[in-house]
Amino acid sequence: MIYLDNNATTALHPEVLKEMLPFLTSQHGNPASNHTFGRNAHTAIEEAREKVAISVNAHPSQVIFTSSGTESNNTIINGIAKAYPDSHFGFSSIEHPCISEPIKSLVHQGFMVSEIPVDSNGIFNVSDIPDEKRQSLTFLSVMMANNETGVIQNISEIANWARENKIQFHTDAVQALGKIKVDFEALDIDAMTISSHKIYGPQGIAALIVNKKIDLSPFMQGGGQEKGLRSGTENIAAIIGFGKACERSNQNRVRFEQNINLLKLTLEKALIELGAIIFCENSRRLSNTTFFSFKNIDGSTLLTALDRKGFAIASGSACSSNNSEPSHVLLSMGVDLDLAQGALRVSLGVETTENEINDFIETLKNEVNRLKQLTAVAA
Amino acid sequence: MKNKLYDMPIYMDYSATTPVDPRVAEKMIPFITEDFGNPASRSHPYGWTAEKAVENARKEIALLVNADPREIVWTSGATESNNLAIKGASNFYSKKGKHIITLATEHKAVIDAVRECERNGYEATYMEPEPNGLLDIEKFKSTIRPDTVLVSVMLVNNEIGVIQDIKAIGDICRENNIIFHVDAAQATGKVKIDLETLPVDLMSFSAHKTYGPKGVGALYVRRKPRIRIEPQMHGGGHERGMRSGTLATHQIVGMGEAFRIAREEMDEENNRIENLQAKLLKGLTEIEETYINGDLEKRVPHNLNISFNYVEGESLIMAIKGIAVSSGSACTSASLEPSYVLRALGRSDELAHSSIRFSIGRFTTESDVEFTIALLKEKIDKLRELSPLWEMFKDGVDLEKVEWAEH
Repeated sequence: MIYLDNNATTALHPEVLKEMLPFLTSQHGNPASNHTFGRNAHTAIEEAREKVAISVNAHPSQVIFTSSGTESNNTIINGIAKAYPDSHFGFSSIEHPCISEPIKSLVHQGFMVSEIPVDSNGIFNVSDIPDEKRQSLTFLSVMMANNETGVIQNISEIANWARENKIQFHTDAVQALGKIKVDFEALDIDAMTISSHKIYGPQGIAALIVNKKIDLSPFMQGGGQEKGLRSGTENIAAIIGFGKACERSNQNRVRFEQNINLLKLTLEKALIELGAIIFCENSRRLSNTTFFSFKNIDGSTLLTALDRKGFAIASGSACSSNNSEPSHVLLSMGVDLDLAQGALRVSLGVETTENEINDFIETLKNEVNRLKQLTAVAA
Repeated sequence: MKNKLYDMPIYMDYSATTPVDPRVAEKMIPFITEDFGNPASRSHPYGWTAEKAVENARKEIALLVNADPREIVWTSGATESNNLAIKGASNFYSKKGKHIITLATEHKAVIDAVRECERNGYEATYMEPEPNGLLDIEKFKSTIRPDTVLVSVMLVNNEIGVIQDIKAIGDICRENNIIFHVDAAQATGKVKIDLETLPVDLMSFSAHKTYGPKGVGALYVRRKPRIRIEPQMHGGGHERGMRSGTLATHQIVGMGEAFRIAREEMDEENNRIENLQAKLLKGLTEIEETYINGDLEKRVPHNLNISFNYVEGESLIMAIKGIAVSSGSACTSASLEPSYVLRALGRSDELAHSSIRFSIGRFTTESDVEFTIALLKEKIDKLRELSPLWEMFKDGVDLEKVEWAEH
């Protein structure tokens, strides 16, 4: 089986596993305990925190560990809502549901909430924010790179605009980390979400990077871990793994920007020859992500056919793969319902090889041609 | 369990966290290596394998507590489970009333979640338990108000190990149509839990207190009669919309295996641990002026919490570095405040300060216990030799009546 669904989750890197193992077995202290076991656990966590901070150019004290990107995003939205009860929340129409859903849930608490559309190329433009909203907006969240289309937003420009307008700004950098340069300090933003299992680290661990100039109310109450911002016994083994994965993320990035990008170009050339439409083709995109659709070919049929031939790819985002609803990202870009419904995503990994891509292209050609014939017969 | 490699102290702090059982670690590793899929990926076998493993583990959780797998919601740990249960249920049923009852001796994650509800317009009663740590059922009855919406009581206390009468409390909640939440983080694998017969609506579980990994827990949400909670984490709609977020497959697999082992080995293991506890109790109470905190009968065999009078708490901890124990709860032992749990039992600051929680478990041996008893006897003797208070006590001075000079 060839795994081409790396935006859903990635395989743990062996070096990461190696660092985690002692903490799954012999090193078992609770970091809050005041004995040797506890202190060793505490030290290991702080070392991992530093590695995470370095990978995004933040200060270790700005790193709050959480259980997932979803929790990080819920933490920033709820934390802002509680600390700033007059907030007006804005978010782009292509955000992951773990940003849009917590924001929408605030409507019934009386908060102002605005969904801001992207253009047909999947790009968020500050100028598209209606004037009346611009006046009252106090918080904005725009993801750095989209999980489905791979489109990279001009976060620096949006962040500058937000700062000038005294709007708190958060970016979900879960898909960006390890693929493009992520620099928290240079962006000078208020908060950012990153996650471990998208960068060859374990599932169950993520971080919220927070600039201390904003107040944040904790999302979960309890023992007061993570400076009171995230209670709950620390998931040590996963934190250690996340630290190691972050440490490796810069060397991955170089590979993504060079080798993997070439593989993607090969793949997209073949797709276009087969008559596929590549979404956001001319936008700046992650070097591993291709989101495409064939007119007149049913996406789920093609997906199943490719699966039988040993290729794991996705339709839309993983967390909505279980329902047949078309991608909300594509619909908000104005893509036709039919085309959106057939959308398939290939996301390459740092270990993807040229042979794998050539095999995939070969199989894809055969299957697409077979399905085209079937469709022709049926017509 | 002495870790020779690092010359680590003997671990007597199983209530803070347990080592991962090697069988659990072994089960987890394939799911961080080859079977790494996202259980929400429905389009390929990587996702299916992960999903199947997650569902098998869910069955194991349900089996241990005699529930339906569909009643189990995965979380990142008991703290999240407690937050989800308390905020989720009180918000969903807020029309019924805005009064919450809990115990002053609950875990911080419960107390602070209830406090958060207070900030959002709820009223809360933090009941003081009896001096033995148990809740008086009659007093509980009289605390209930027409607008009481939620009661949260832990099954096994983390500091003193006492077991509350969940059945009696739950029956009263049912009669009064009140949602009943139970924090069972310290109970799994130690006491039998049968949710088929126990009148409990919501129950929190943790993996790392039962030889599973850190970073995973679960919340039981009763289906019949159906209990609703308002989700706290929004997103992809995982866990039937009750808790969004990519599931950490390997951790969930680890929790499932840990709970399977607990189910199969609990009876035998408890027998062994009871004997160790009896030995530890006998040895330590041979020391003069010791006070057991919490009821001895209604208590898990894994816990002994003892105050050593006329010994200063910090010096005692420093003196017994050969064993890893906790004074007060691990989650708050970074602060020097005396345990709020012991104070709620009516213990004086001095006795609360000089308390040690010994918590033993699967890998504790007889010789660990013997070493502990000998160490405590020796060090307490030494510390008391230096203590003027001990000398006065020995001379028959009633320290309560001494009028201390102001400096």
